[in-house]
Amino acid sequence: MTTPHATPRATTEGTVYTVTGGDWDEVVESAVKSDDERIIVNMGPQHPSTHGVLRLILEIDGETVTEARCGIGYLHTGIEKNLEFRNWTQGTTFVTRMDYLTPFFNETAYCLGVEKLLGIEDQIPDRATVLRVLLMELNRISSHLVCIATGGMELGATTIMIYGFRDRELVLDLFELITGLRMNHAFVRPGGLAQDLPPGAVDQLREFVKTMKKNLPEYDKLATGNPIFKARMQDVGYLDLTGCMALGATGPVLRSAGLPHDLRKTDPYCGYENYEFDVPTADSCDSYGRFLIRLEEMRQSLRIVEQCIDRLAPGPVMVADKKIAWPAQLALGPDGLGNSLDHIKKIMGTSMEALIHHFKLVTEGFRVPAGQAYTAVESPKGELGVHVVSDGGTRPYRVHFRDPSFTNLQAMAAMCEGGQVADVIVAVASIDPVMGGVDR
Amino acid sequence: MSDQESGAGAVPAPRDEHGEVIGVRKGMFGADNGGDTSGYGGLIRTVTLPGATSRPYGGWFDEVADELEGALEEQGLLPGNAIEKTVVDRDELTFHIAREHLTTVARTLRDDPALRFELCTGVSGVHFPGDKGRELHAVYHLRSITHGRLIRLEVSAPDDDRHIPSLVAVYPTNDWHERETYDFFGLIFDGHPALTRIMMPDDWQGFPQRKDYPLGGIAIEYKGAQIPAPDQRRSYS
Amino acid sequence: MGLEEKLPSGFVLTTVEQAAGWVRKSSVFPATFGLACCAIEMMTTGAGRYDLARFGMEVFRGSPRQADLMIVAGRVSQKMAPVLRQVYDQMPNPKWVISMGVCASSGGMFNNYAIVQGVDHIVPVDIYLPGCPPRPEMLMDAILKLHQKIQGSKLGVNAEEAAREAEDAALKALPLIEMKGLLR
Repeated sequence: MTTPHATPRATTEGTVYTVTGGDWDEVVESAVKSDDERIIVNMGPQHPSTHGVLRLILEIDGETVTEARCGIGYLHTGIEKNLEFRNWTQGTTFVTRMDYLTPFFNETAYCLGVEKLLGIEDQIPDRATVLRVLLMELNRISSHLVCIATGGMELGATTIMIYGFRDRELVLDLFELITGLRMNHAFVRPGGLAQDLPPGAVDQLREFVKTMKKNLPEYDKLATGNPIFKARMQDVGYLDLTGCMALGATGPVLRSAGLPHDLRKTDPYCGYENYEFDVPTADSCDSYGRFLIRLEEMRQSLRIVEQCIDRLAPGPVMVADKKIAWPAQLALGPDGLGNSLDHIKKIMGTSMEALIHHFKLVTEGFRVPAGQAYTAVESPKGELGVHVVSDGGTRPYRVHFRDPSFTNLQAMAAMCEGGQVADVIVAVASIDPVMGGVDR
Repeated sequence: MSDQESGAGAVPAPRDEHGEVIGVRKGMFGADNGGDTSGYGGLIRTVTLPGATSRPYGGWFDEVADELEGALEEQGLLPGNAIEKTVVDRDELTFHIAREHLTTVARTLRDDPALRFELCTGVSGVHFPGDKGRELHAVYHLRSITHGRLIRLEVSAPDDDRHIPSLVAVYPTNDWHERETYDFFGLIFDGHPALTRIMMPDDWQGFPQRKDYPLGGIAIEYKGAQIPAPDQRRSYS
Repeated sequence: MGLEEKLPSGFVLTTVEQAAGWVRKSSVFPATFGLACCAIEMMTTGAGRYDLARFGMEVFRGSPRQADLMIVAGRVSQKMAPVLRQVYDQMPNPKWVISMGVCASSGGMFNNYAIVQGVDHIVPVDIYLPGCPPRPEMLMDAILKLHQKIQGSKLGVNAEEAAREAEDAALKALPLIEMKGLLR
């Protein structure tokens, strides 16, 4: 029987089959006939187990992967170029969509860079910094939950996925309460935050910490000791410290090799030196170690969240300098969130200068002195660095994101070669690459 | 505007005037075809990046600079030849390296026990069309986990000879980063094992993140109205 | 598919249409076509709280051959466009497309060299779903609207006539730029 969809096509490199599932017989048959044992399988870019639009090019010998390569760029969005045509504040709207699972880390890293260029790091109000830490740590929990959930799903463990998304919804509820959006918040702005906490948020935060403390052990019960889970994860995706350092891997991948390198401890930003938390490590260098690290990091994040709530003191959330602070006085109106009527009345009715200032700042934006800066934060995936260059104008001259997913994904070949095809999925899932961050 | 200026101060003053001029902007609102009726045609603004700093640099910067210069001298390389200039700006230390010595400098920074910059966080390309002879910059950030330090290396290449030695042999992590910079800026990293496009399709023409490459958006149509693409709109230069 | 070849004619066709539409809408199999941020919301829709299983379509098919709905969830880059088209071509008829999110529908905020300005340049789209990303409720609303559309879809000669009418209407439609009046 011939299948019309898997017609062979001869090329200079050998025969090429386009197989889309279900019609492997013909391929296997001709592979048996041919004297060349080598088969190159192309997984993705559209494949349910490749963690987004990642393309894996695997050279296999039976079930063993002899060579593995990545094809990326299927989600290249040109965000870095787009930033150059918007003003500095509008930039947060773009960067939040890079690694869409860690929006607050992207925004904070970018804003720290802009603030460094402006030279206003010392003027950021405490409340804004504490809230940034709070949001980042909540975000770390939600990102790790998605990692564990999708990682489990790719193993075939659908239950873990349902659990992960259940708890992620709790975090998203908080995000929605605080920022108004479930994803892509653009809430952290150069100079502070877009808005203060809404009423009742602190109570909900405390409630969340309580619920999460109850829910987190369920992952231990479900997965940590599960023999099937362990058999799939242990000693899979092995990458030791030498490999990590050479390939520039950071985050859980590096910490699973035993090095407690965490920018929150080694190069603190946003006042992380004042918080009490531990940096979990493992010495197994494998996927299972990374899973355990992620679980423990969520517990540590909860600790930080609790400290943040205790530390919240009333105060402004935006820098006092009116030449930088977005001139909005947001309030809930009948048609959603917008400028408060009182503020509009004031600038329209009583102060021509304020109106001009508002107009200038919103349409033109503030100018940033020329120069360059590099700021880095510890995102759930590793070191998220931002290189910002200004030419003294109202728009970024160049913004480059050093995304941890991009760098860590290079380790895929080192982790997979010599292993089984099925383990490739586990190894890639343990890196937790988010293609939005890889391709930008 | 009196009630607006009660804050902690105005926008930070421009940095020292002795910087490096990399371009001159004229006029405003992007009017450059002679038909400028905005009234801002006479506006001239020079773009000045922070210039070279003289010693002392302050903090551990001096220590790193001393160690690097000493280690380069040991290898028979005159530090003045390799390090074009040193810039300290916004608490960050930048070495501008002559491109032919980049590999030696990077290897020294990685291996010297007093320096130990083990982690390279990749390369970021910057295109300065106005900086004649040094149009394309490659910026590397090196992190020392041992000493908890971060420095920046900057290398430039002229647009008509866009070659920079590859650092993949020293920092294998730069493999994809250099491919990305090649893809976006056309910088050719000599010695890279497989310098091909990584983000754009293989048959793409041009290098999209250079300043002379248009953003490529389309005009947005509304009912009876049209808004030009973001790079065609008026801008504050 | 055997159904299209064994169609009756006349008034019986309408009854068959109704039955076929009801059956088809009740067991839509979406293909996993997650691209970017919207894919996460699509997965959320399939997970516990929003529970797409209530509408008989929680099973996302990995193979396009077993799917009849493609939810284009996210921005489509120039590099991804040919892949997307191939996946669409591999899906058996009848098939539907939801363009989820503003990037897939029109390019959204990414009006630049890298992104296809609307997935309708590549594949025909049945439902455009705005939002960045749309909430799971919005995705479910889009899916229910699509169910209505599937229920009302025509077969055989009726389908040909409907296609002709749609073509005529599209040819007569006024271009956006020539429309006058308020922006609504």
